[in-house]
Amino acid sequence: MDFSWLADPFYQAYLLEGFVNTLWLVAVSAVGGLILAVAVALARLKGPRPLAWLAHGFTTVIRGTPLLVQLFFFYYGVGRLLEGIPGVQDSLIWPILRDPFFYGALTFILSVGAYSGEVLRGALLSVPPGEREAGRAFGMSPFQVFFRLWLPRAIQLCLPTLTGEMILLLKSVPLVSTIALMDLLQAANIIRDETFLVYEPLMLIAGIYLAMTMVLTVVLRQVERHFPGTQPTRHRWLPIRGQARTPKVPDTPHHR
Amino acid sequence: MNTVSQEGLLDWAGPILQGALTTLEIAVLAYAIGLMLGLVGASARLSPWAPLRGLATAYSTAVRAVPELLLIILLYYAGSQALTALTNAMGLPGQIAINGFVTAVGVLAFVQGAYMTEVLRGAILAIPKGQLEAADAFGFSTWARFHRIVIPAMLPNALPGMSNLWLILIKDTALISVIGFSELFFTIQQAAASTRAHFLFYAAAGVIYLLMTLTSTALFARLERYVRRGQPISEEA
Repeated sequence: MDFSWLADPFYQAYLLEGFVNTLWLVAVSAVGGLILAVAVALARLKGPRPLAWLAHGFTTVIRGTPLLVQLFFFYYGVGRLLEGIPGVQDSLIWPILRDPFFYGALTFILSVGAYSGEVLRGALLSVPPGEREAGRAFGMSPFQVFFRLWLPRAIQLCLPTLTGEMILLLKSVPLVSTIALMDLLQAANIIRDETFLVYEPLMLIAGIYLAMTMVLTVVLRQVERHFPGTQPTRHRWLPIRGQARTPKVPDTPHHR
Repeated sequence: MNTVSQEGLLDWAGPILQGALTTLEIAVLAYAIGLMLGLVGASARLSPWAPLRGLATAYSTAVRAVPELLLIILLYYAGSQALTALTNAMGLPGQIAINGFVTAVGVLAFVQGAYMTEVLRGAILAIPKGQLEAADAFGFSTWARFHRIVIPAMLPNALPGMSNLWLILIKDTALISVIGFSELFFTIQQAAASTRAHFLFYAAAGVIYLLMTLTSTALFARLERYVRRGQPISEEA
C-alpha cells in the first residue's frame, strides 16, 4: 500500500473539491427533492385527476429506471438538445446549463422527489382522518390543516424511512463521476490515472464514504430524536430502498 | 445540432436487444448467487457462534455503507489482481484478464448478497417461535425443519424485500457499463455516441428498463399471492 500521493497538494485539492461537491450535491438534492416529494404526494392524493395521473407516471418512470440512465438522459440527451436551441449559448443561464452540477442536482432532485414522494404518500394515508376532521372543526383552512396537521403527522410516521432515503442519496453521488463532475470518485479516478495506483485511491474513497454514512446516520438519528412527537424507534441503520414500510396506524372510529 | 443521421434506432435494434438479453442473464445469475449468499449470511448472522456472527455483520454492514458504483469498480480491479496473484503464486506467469460477464455477475451477486442477508434475517426472525419449537418437538431434523418450516414460513415476510432487491438489481446492472462490459446500457451509450442521437437512445434505454421493472413487479405480485395462500387475508388487500 502506497499512500505517498496523499502528500501532493494537487491531489489534496482534488479530494477536497470532490468532498465539498459531494456535500453540496447531497444538500441541494435533499432540500429540493423533499419539497418536490411533498408536491408529488399531495398531487397524487388530492390533485385533480390529470395531475394525479401525471404524478403517478412520474414516480413510476423515475423509480423504474436506473439512476445512471436518468443522469445520462438529462446530461447528454436533454443537455445536447438545449445546446442546439439557437440563442441559448449566449443567454445568461448558459453557464448553469453547461455545468454538470446542474444536471447532477436535477437528476437527484427528481429521484428523491419520486422515492420520498411515494413514502410520504403512504404516510399521509396512514394519518387517521379524524385528526384532519378535528382540524377542520377548529376552523382551520384546508391549507392550515395540511401544513400544520396532516404533513407533520405524516412526517412523524415515516421519518426513519425519509432519513434512510437521505443515506441512499449520499450513496448515489459517485454516479456523477460519469458526467465529469468532480466528486470523490472522480478525484480518485484522476489520481489513479496519474499515479497508476489502483487500490489506494479507491480504498481511501471507500473509507471516506464509510465515515460519511456513519456520521450522516448519527446526525439523522438526532434529527429523528428531536422531531416533536416521534417515539424513539429502534430501526436498523443502512436502509434498503423500499424496505421500511410505513407503520399502519389504526383508524379512529367515526363518532356520529 | 441536427439529430438527423444515417444510422437510426432500427440499425441498433439488434445489438440493443442482445444487450438487454445479456443484462437479464447477468441479473438472473447474480440474483440466484446473491440469494445463496444471503441465505448463508442470514444463517451466519443468526448463528450462536459469535465470530461467525461478527463476520456476517461486517460483510453486510461494509457492503451496504459503501456506494455500489465504488464497490463495483473496486471489486473489478481487486478481482482481476487477486486472480493474477493467485495464478502467479501457482507458478503461472502473466496477467489474468477476467471475463467481463463473470466479473459483472460476481460483483453484483456480492453486493446483492449483503442486502439479501438483511432481508432474509428479518424474515426469519419474524417467524413465530412456537412453529420452530413445534418442529423440534416432532423430531424434525435441522434440514427438514429448514426446508419444511423455515423457508415456507419466511417467504411471505421476505418476498416484498426480495422483490425490491430484484428491482434494485436490474437497475444496478446499468452500473456495469462503467467497467466497460457490453450489457444493455453500454450498448446504448455506444449507439448514442455513434448516431449522436443522445436524447433518443437514452429515452429508449429508459423505456426498456421500465418494461423490465414493470414486468417484474407484476410477476412478483403473483408470486406473493402464491406464497401467501393459506394465510388469513390481510387488511391491506
